[in-house]
Amino acid sequence: MSLIHRYESNGYHIVLDINSGSVHVVDEVTYDVLPLLEAQIEEEKQQAKAPRQGDAPVHNDEPIYEALSGRYSREEVASSLEECRTLIEQGMLFTEDIYQDAIEAYEGARQTVVKALCLHIAHDCNLACRYCFAEEGEYHGRRALMSFEVGKKALDFLVKNSGARKNLEVDFFGGEPLLNWQVVKDLVAYGRSLEEPYNKKFRFTLTTNGVLLNDEVMEFCNREMGNVVLSIDGRKEVHDRMRPFRKGAGSYDLVVPKYIEFARQRNQERYYVRGTFTHHNLDFSKDVLHLADLGFKQISVEPVVAAESEDYAIRREDIPKILEEYDLLAKEMIKREKEGRGFNFFHFMIDLTGGPCVYKRLSGCGSGTEYLAVTPWGDFYPCHQFVGEESFCMGNVDEGILRTDIKESFGHCNVYTKEACRDCFARFYCSGGCAANAWHFSGDINGNYGIGCELQRKRVECAIMIKAALAEGSEG
Amino acid sequence: KHIVTLNTKNLQTTVKKGCGECQTSVGNQE
Repeated sequence: MSLIHRYESNGYHIVLDINSGSVHVVDEVTYDVLPLLEAQIEEEKQQAKAPRQGDAPVHNDEPIYEALSGRYSREEVASSLEECRTLIEQGMLFTEDIYQDAIEAYEGARQTVVKALCLHIAHDCNLACRYCFAEEGEYHGRRALMSFEVGKKALDFLVKNSGARKNLEVDFFGGEPLLNWQVVKDLVAYGRSLEEPYNKKFRFTLTTNGVLLNDEVMEFCNREMGNVVLSIDGRKEVHDRMRPFRKGAGSYDLVVPKYIEFARQRNQERYYVRGTFTHHNLDFSKDVLHLADLGFKQISVEPVVAAESEDYAIRREDIPKILEEYDLLAKEMIKREKEGRGFNFFHFMIDLTGGPCVYKRLSGCGSGTEYLAVTPWGDFYPCHQFVGEESFCMGNVDEGILRTDIKESFGHCNVYTKEACRDCFARFYCSGGCAANAWHFSGDINGNYGIGCELQRKRVECAIMIKAALAEGSEG
Repeated sequence: KHIVTLNTKNLQTTVKKGCGECQTSVGNQE
């Protein structure tokens, strides 16, 4: 298993030092030197050498010179090797993976608190989106709206089970939350009333299909919601094909003007227009750019996750086209950024200089331990994607968490418990992926969803390439 | 001459310094 990931993208030769997170843009000679150097390091390790002369190791570089003699001069290879070895000494190249023991000790010792709840405020919807995992909002069950009493108990549970943590997050989700709007407002007011006495600060968020969006909703959200997610798939024909009303009419013309106004009122911040692409619009970069051309600055268009039997599901044979689209999108984003009309694309956002510690990167999203979904009748699930799967029901707002075994299984789920993740270069950016996707496709939360993994790896490559291109543009 | 480093980073330094204060979510996550 290599300790680096090398790839070419948009004319750049990029090297990710997997275990340190350092990223290097290299020339061709270095790109070709690196695998030979890694083989040399591996060989020296196995023979428990390099030979030393005084304090300095002496490496036998002749095989490397020999292998590259047809392409590069000896001087070029020598100076490249020297730079590589400087980076190795600085801990930014061929860094070892020292994390497995650390994460196991961490997970054994940590006491998790609940940080976030997803309130299924309405298991009902006024649209009939064809790909909806909630099946017109009902989640394989019955239509239902969350009562204020159930929501109140959920917030009380969150306050009580969040320990000393101050910042708490509550997402209003569905179905369509605006079908139960008064309860949303009442729960926000109740949450605010808990802040001072319990030293808490709530960050409320809302996802909506836009049908019932109006001035009053926008005004309230602008005051109270830290983030709003506005569902739209892109071009009108794409959106209307997948997001019709129950009688078949499309919803694009109704929601777009409202979204444009909402984003303007929020100063193009603290929102996402969020779409889903499917087998039917594999040219989804056009949908992303359509949303950008409408003026939106915070955009996410994400691959549908569906059983292969669905006509709209992403298939393995779709992958090359999707990877090509990500490349097209990345290049266009660089162009627009340089022209002063850039936008954010959720899946290309990456922080190469900051980002969280290695424990967070390895332990993942927090589902089942720090994050729970609450049904309209008050049952707890590990996350919104598990709602309706009865074997994952963890408890309820009256009795608390009853299935501590489920909590523990999610708490011990990390990159090293997932066979497919251990050798993946993207593991520190993806954190083992989505437990629900893994379970739906492999029957095990420690499994993986292969198509999703391939797309994720490509997105990480594109995100890093964009950083490289923009860094180059800002030099001088 | 051969290498431009985009970030001087080493995740190993974060092994010692797990506070658990982060939000639920990872790659772009105070």
